[in-house]
Amino acid sequence: MDAKTLQARLLELIRRTSCEMPPDMIRAVDKAWRREKKDTTAKYAMGVMRDNIKLAATLSQPLCQDTGTIVCYVDRPDWIRERVFTTAFERAVVEATRKGYLRQNSVDSITGKNSGNNLGPGSPVIHFHETAGKAMTVRIMLKGGGSENVSTQYALPDNRLGAGRDLEGVRKCVLDAVHLAQGKGCGPGILGVCVGGDRATGYVSAKEQFFRDLDDKNEDEVLSKLEQSLLADANSLGIGPMGFGGGTTLLGVKLTARNRVPASFYVTVAYMCWAYRRNGFKISENGRVGRWLYN
Amino acid sequence: MLLEAPFTEAKVRALRVGDVVEITGLLLTGRDAVHKYLHDGGTPPVELKNSIIYHCGPVVVKEKGKWVVKAAGPTTSIREEPYQGPLMEQYGIRGVIGKGGMGPKTLAACKKVGACYFHAVGGAAQVLAQKVVRVPAVHMLEEFGSPEAIWEFEVVKFPVVVTMDSHGDSLHAKVEAASSKALDRLIR
Repeated sequence: MDAKTLQARLLELIRRTSCEMPPDMIRAVDKAWRREKKDTTAKYAMGVMRDNIKLAATLSQPLCQDTGTIVCYVDRPDWIRERVFTTAFERAVVEATRKGYLRQNSVDSITGKNSGNNLGPGSPVIHFHETAGKAMTVRIMLKGGGSENVSTQYALPDNRLGAGRDLEGVRKCVLDAVHLAQGKGCGPGILGVCVGGDRATGYVSAKEQFFRDLDDKNEDEVLSKLEQSLLADANSLGIGPMGFGGGTTLLGVKLTARNRVPASFYVTVAYMCWAYRRNGFKISENGRVGRWLYN
Repeated sequence: MLLEAPFTEAKVRALRVGDVVEITGLLLTGRDAVHKYLHDGGTPPVELKNSIIYHCGPVVVKEKGKWVVKAAGPTTSIREEPYQGPLMEQYGIRGVIGKGGMGPKTLAACKKVGACYFHAVGGAAQVLAQKVVRVPAVHMLEEFGSPEAIWEFEVVKFPVVVTMDSHGDSLHAKVEAASSKALDRLIR
């Protein structure tokens, strides 16, 4: 595959991610809409979300104007070098920005100047992992600022919450984070939570949970149970879609755990908005897209 | 119900928390850079009296010499909490559209000025962009960049929910208080 072909495939991946909700999320939004009571602002809000999902796909325009931080994960086989991929991806990002699939979203933190093309130090974010497989897997996530701003990290023990260094303490942190977020993260949200790790890997691992299928089951029995009980508890808070009140505060909770040093016990809560933009594909060396993920 | 320009005090005073409203008229986008600029004493490049400010950093592109709005949902409003109340009072701003709600300072200004906080559905950038029928002008595009500029949006039936009204009511304060109690039951 030549550089142009790769760039075109990546542009299509960005377009789809920005404009089309993945099927697992469409099902979750529909289910929540059916669940909310008639003639409530919660039902109204969920209805607007459903209309928006359809409209964005039809018009091939961004689901949300905040096209977020561009995060890309690559499982890289031998046939492609990081440098080659990075160049192709950056060109695809520039093109996607020009076409309006991405907003001009990269701002110099010192001067305040917008680069205008989404390139700059730290943007886009690309993580490479070597794979022994033949196909390259590329996943991207567009994470908006509203949801990023309500993401948070706790260090246990937490005196304010009375949260100790155990799973009950973890549970208290997660529910507190949902309460603090109210509607500001564009709920109903999806949480990615990392128990343990250091401050940096906590956030990385928490965000990586968003690449899981919304309907999957955690392989760890303990975490799986906690995911389910946290989802039920969070929905009993009554914050509802957009913070309007209602039964749907979250659409999913995904947990993972990382080892920690004895002195630290972090609980990191990453919040993703309902306009859950992530997608991915497997692509072969000759440029054929074999499979879209999350279908 | 409908709210049509001109946005008079009487029309806005009639609105109550929970009302689903469709706005027709001119909106001015303004977010972090604009609010800070005005609060620091910068001269507004447009008339703000009886205006509705939309907390929005849209995706706008130029097609055949015309601005076309590609996506235009609300951004988080609470970041403007330090500025919004004083600016409402200084310029007679009649309403603010955003998401996530605002705090006591803005609520007090709404009561004093006769203004509302209108909540648009966050993330619904296409449904909302469809309601923008024309972009008559843009201001401070060069200084602040596209998402932070002041865009003039002529809208028809722009859908919002009143979540803070001019009578001191805030849906956000209510939901916060109720969910706080529910949280206490779960974790204390």
